[in-house]
Amino acid sequence: MASAPIPARSTAGAPVTPAATSTPSAISARGIGRRFKNTWALRGFDLEVGRGTVHGLLGPNGAGKSTAVRVLTTLLRPHEGTAEVAGHDVAAQGARVRYRIGLVGQNAAVDEILSGRQNLELFGRLYHLGVRAAARRADELLERFGLSETGKRPVSTYSGGMRRRLDLAAGMILSPPVMFLDEPTVGLDPRGRDEVWSAVRDLVDGGTTVLLTTQYLEEADQLADRISVIDAGHVIAEGTPAELKARIGGDRIDVVLRDEHALAEAAALVEGATGHTVRTAPRERRLSTEVDDRAASLTRAVRALDEGGVAVADVVLRSPSLDEVFLHLTGPDSAATTGPARPDENTTEAQR
Amino acid sequence: MNDTDRTRTPHTAPATAPSAFPAPSPPAGPLSRLGWAAADGWTVARRDVTHWLRQPWELLFGLLFPVLMVLMFVYLLGGAMSVPGGGDYTEYLMPGMFAMVMVFGLGETVTAVTTDSVRGVTDRFRSMPMAASAVVVGRCLADMLRSTVTLAILIGFGMLVGWQWHGSAGAALAGFGLLLLLRFALVWVGIYVGLLMRGQGGIAVIQTLEFPIGFLSNAFVATATMPVWLGAVADWNPMSSTVAAARELFGNPAAGGDSWITQNPLLMAVVWPLVLVAVFAPLCVHRYRNLSG
Repeated sequence: MASAPIPARSTAGAPVTPAATSTPSAISARGIGRRFKNTWALRGFDLEVGRGTVHGLLGPNGAGKSTAVRVLTTLLRPHEGTAEVAGHDVAAQGARVRYRIGLVGQNAAVDEILSGRQNLELFGRLYHLGVRAAARRADELLERFGLSETGKRPVSTYSGGMRRRLDLAAGMILSPPVMFLDEPTVGLDPRGRDEVWSAVRDLVDGGTTVLLTTQYLEEADQLADRISVIDAGHVIAEGTPAELKARIGGDRIDVVLRDEHALAEAAALVEGATGHTVRTAPRERRLSTEVDDRAASLTRAVRALDEGGVAVADVVLRSPSLDEVFLHLTGPDSAATTGPARPDENTTEAQR
Repeated sequence: MNDTDRTRTPHTAPATAPSAFPAPSPPAGPLSRLGWAAADGWTVARRDVTHWLRQPWELLFGLLFPVLMVLMFVYLLGGAMSVPGGGDYTEYLMPGMFAMVMVFGLGETVTAVTTDSVRGVTDRFRSMPMAASAVVVGRCLADMLRSTVTLAILIGFGMLVGWQWHGSAGAALAGFGLLLLLRFALVWVGIYVGLLMRGQGGIAVIQTLEFPIGFLSNAFVATATMPVWLGAVADWNPMSSTVAAARELFGNPAAGGDSWITQNPLLMAVVWPLVLVAVFAPLCVHRYRNLSG
């Protein structure tokens, strides 16, 4: 891909403007650094999340997403920088922050032996609601997350989607203004994923601010108002999904051929017709390229292929996907990957 | 993925979503903090009690094993056993069996702590505004409760197969107290080991290790019958001091030795657990605070 790497919105060591501290952000992190032994998992990490919005934190394994969430939820102390969540400093006012956040981690962090209702009552009492209020709140949340019918069954009998919804409900006991969802749909089947997505949309409709980490671009695209792309411990791009897509250029056409041997010939023809470099995926017998003038380019490309005698199975005109943005920003040929070495986040973080 | 389908705009709702339950603030004074910590610890411990009520067979199965061990040693192997210095083998065995059950509790503690930590429940607790001590204190309370019940049932069973104490009721109570003190020390060892574990695979290792720990002691046979060096190792096993002290307090045959460690079981049955607590309790607190560090 020929376009220049997208400049990071904020880089390590950038001066903090006074305006940044006075904006009514639900989450505001400035220059966060956190290392494990000698490896910086986060370095110069900046984040501003507006109230009532969904912010996606998108990045590959080991980019530092979970570390960022753990710092913002007071589970880890930052070694550098400051962060405020719901108006309180995460390092100095941890207890106050903990009353105002909900955390839904990568595992459904609920008790398997207890029933769904008993889980919510337990967490409610630990939020100091009192026994009666905790019981009332448990009923409300079971109803809201569609778990009333199964509320008395042990969690070990729940499906993955139901567990994750219970997990969300447990995070919502105090109706916290800020929710952290750390890869909430990892390991779920499509049905479970849809259940969680719909629950997240309900939260947001209630005015909750959500920080969502994900590896799935579709998830960020579906749910997030803004996205920060994170790699090697800091944010390398930030914007709305549309802005991020726009930054890597215009629309794309994909052509799928009947015969993979014609790929090179077809690539040359399409390149001639559109004036842009063509990328090929031989295994899928597919080639794709950027186009400047949608339909006209498409027509020219199809005509060129037809005249060249190349048999075409399928042609699609589409906007660039977030996958392409993501690969472009974090790929090995991108200048954006020069940063601190990343620890193996999967093995170190999943077990904590 | 089509961008034009995105019609939802950022919400302009206030930062604090309307809540029927306004966030309470953390308590200020030292006394209310203490009450808060105690209440949270008890709430965490009660979760285990609920587990037992929901799955009573788990508790029963946990009891079945020591009961079978007693039957095995009393009726299957007991005939071939002789206690150096004389005395009834069943009377010699039961204090050792009580201590063995305390050691088996280690596996229960490690299992509970590891399961919570691997499933993310520990992190959820840490992200909640509860007392920082509550998870550890609650674990300790629940495990002590369970071990006390187990010990009481095994005492009853021991009496059924012919064991009894001969001293005063006060001395007998002191003996049970020392057994529970050993369990208390092992709770902290177990919590620390559980917090160190990265996966549930390690649980089986701990449960297997309980056997050499338990058997390399004076619980089942007198250490005088072992090779000298092995007997010395067994004598210095903290569990041996507890067993010897309990035998002394119950007035059961002791078959002790001449070494300093076998001559001072009462002292060491207090010192060993206190040393273990002094080492492992701070390690637990440190580990819990810096779980990811």
